[in-house]
Amino acid sequence: MKKEIPLLITAIFGSFMIVDYFVPHPAVSLVGETLQQWAIIVISFSYVLGVANIARINGQKISKRSKDWPFAVPLLIGLAFMLGAGIFGGIGEGTLFNDFFLYAYTPMSGTMFSLLAFFIASAAFRSFRVRTVEAGLLAAAAIIVMLGRVPVGAEIWDKLPAVSDWINNVPQMAAKRAIMIGASLGAISTGLKVILGLERNYLGGE
Amino acid sequence: MRSTKAIVLFSASFLLLACGLVLTAAAQESAPAPTVPSEGPVRWFDLQRLNIAIVVAVFFILVLVFIRQAAKGASFFIRKIAGLDAIEEAIGRATEMGKPVLYVPGIDDVNNIQTIYSMVILGNVAKLVARYETPLIVPVCRAFVVPLAEETVKQGYLDAGHPEAYNPNNIRYLSDEQFAFTAGVDGIMLREKPAANLFLGSFFAESLVLAETGFSTGAIQIAGTANIHQLPFFVVACDYTLIGEEFFAATAYLSREAKLVGTLRGSDWMKIILIAAIVTGAVLETFGVTAFTRWFTVQ
Repeated sequence: MKKEIPLLITAIFGSFMIVDYFVPHPAVSLVGETLQQWAIIVISFSYVLGVANIARINGQKISKRSKDWPFAVPLLIGLAFMLGAGIFGGIGEGTLFNDFFLYAYTPMSGTMFSLLAFFIASAAFRSFRVRTVEAGLLAAAAIIVMLGRVPVGAEIWDKLPAVSDWINNVPQMAAKRAIMIGASLGAISTGLKVILGLERNYLGGE
Repeated sequence: MRSTKAIVLFSASFLLLACGLVLTAAAQESAPAPTVPSEGPVRWFDLQRLNIAIVVAVFFILVLVFIRQAAKGASFFIRKIAGLDAIEEAIGRATEMGKPVLYVPGIDDVNNIQTIYSMVILGNVAKLVARYETPLIVPVCRAFVVPLAEETVKQGYLDAGHPEAYNPNNIRYLSDEQFAFTAGVDGIMLREKPAANLFLGSFFAESLVLAETGFSTGAIQIAGTANIHQLPFFVVACDYTLIGEEFFAATAYLSREAKLVGTLRGSDWMKIILIAAIVTGAVLETFGVTAFTRWFTVQ
């Protein structure tokens, strides 16, 4: 029964959400919106589980002096501090919580994101090494597209921006759309398998 | 005999689409203009979406027909997918090196089908890992995914007959914030040096940061996502990449369960129908007939 009831709930609500897309009747839309609000409420409860997971794993790490335990100390202090700041001081503009988020977390997040530029350079360097015919085609297409995007490309050959656009709009777009159609069909059939109960691993144990 | 059946099925599906075209065209003729708010009687079906309903119905019918055929004992061919074959090889390598396996189920919540499917693959990976007695680390980006991942991995260890090897401390919720999570996973890769990194799920801008960090540690890397903008990053930085639909074929491929393989057959037939529709549309547009392509417009 531990699996049958969740499967039944999945089948009923999954099918209902499909019906909701096609039926504009207010009665159906209202139920659909209510279900989505339920989902948001259930998801917000899961943050308690998330905090418990962090506290348990890192608390054990500190108490057992496991490898790299000092990293767990600032993590737990940060978690407790932000929780306290949010609960007792609020989260609006000008609060301690908001200031720490804007002036501590956001710059660190931006730093992580900016690493992407360097990783793109290192990944591009590896992928453009011409070892096979395919790699040669890739490198040639990449050079044309890159040159077509900068003013010096048009100076070298005035048709280069047009060739670059053609590569982007025709072969690249065709391949991308083919992958997109395949992935969408895969997603729909997976949804159907979940609704029919053919895929049930995600429900866990008996 | 089988090819005759296939042709009949294909023709029937295409005919159904064509009938849908005629029906929708007739319905759209009589339907009120979509931009003007109507105060008329409430409708029980959105005629502007009839085309989507017909295509989805055809697809569902195809999938159900092939599931039924598979249940009756029909066997279907699945082409070799190198990325899925490599999962066991990667776990074997990690076992030989005495290092853990890292499984990242993407950064999206369970309302994304890719995350649900990633949990399904995680179940299979957990079984393999338990059999090899290798640690499995699963960093999680969404709090709601934590209990799902815990239950899935626990069940995998149970199915493999090694429930005692399951370590709940290896299912680690890091953060809901994209780059805080990325920094956390990078830290795990650099400190614990997993020998195999599996990135299977919905990824965004963090994909290359994760994959390049994994590359720098020398781990064997397998990625899979249906987010097409991230595929090039995974292709250049990982050893194997499951592209789009290959990601959704994983459980059918790994388990070879007849009903799951049947759904793949249904998807393949739908692709053939869509290719035929695209070619037909291109030819008709060339001759100035636009009704066919307009039928596929989503309102």
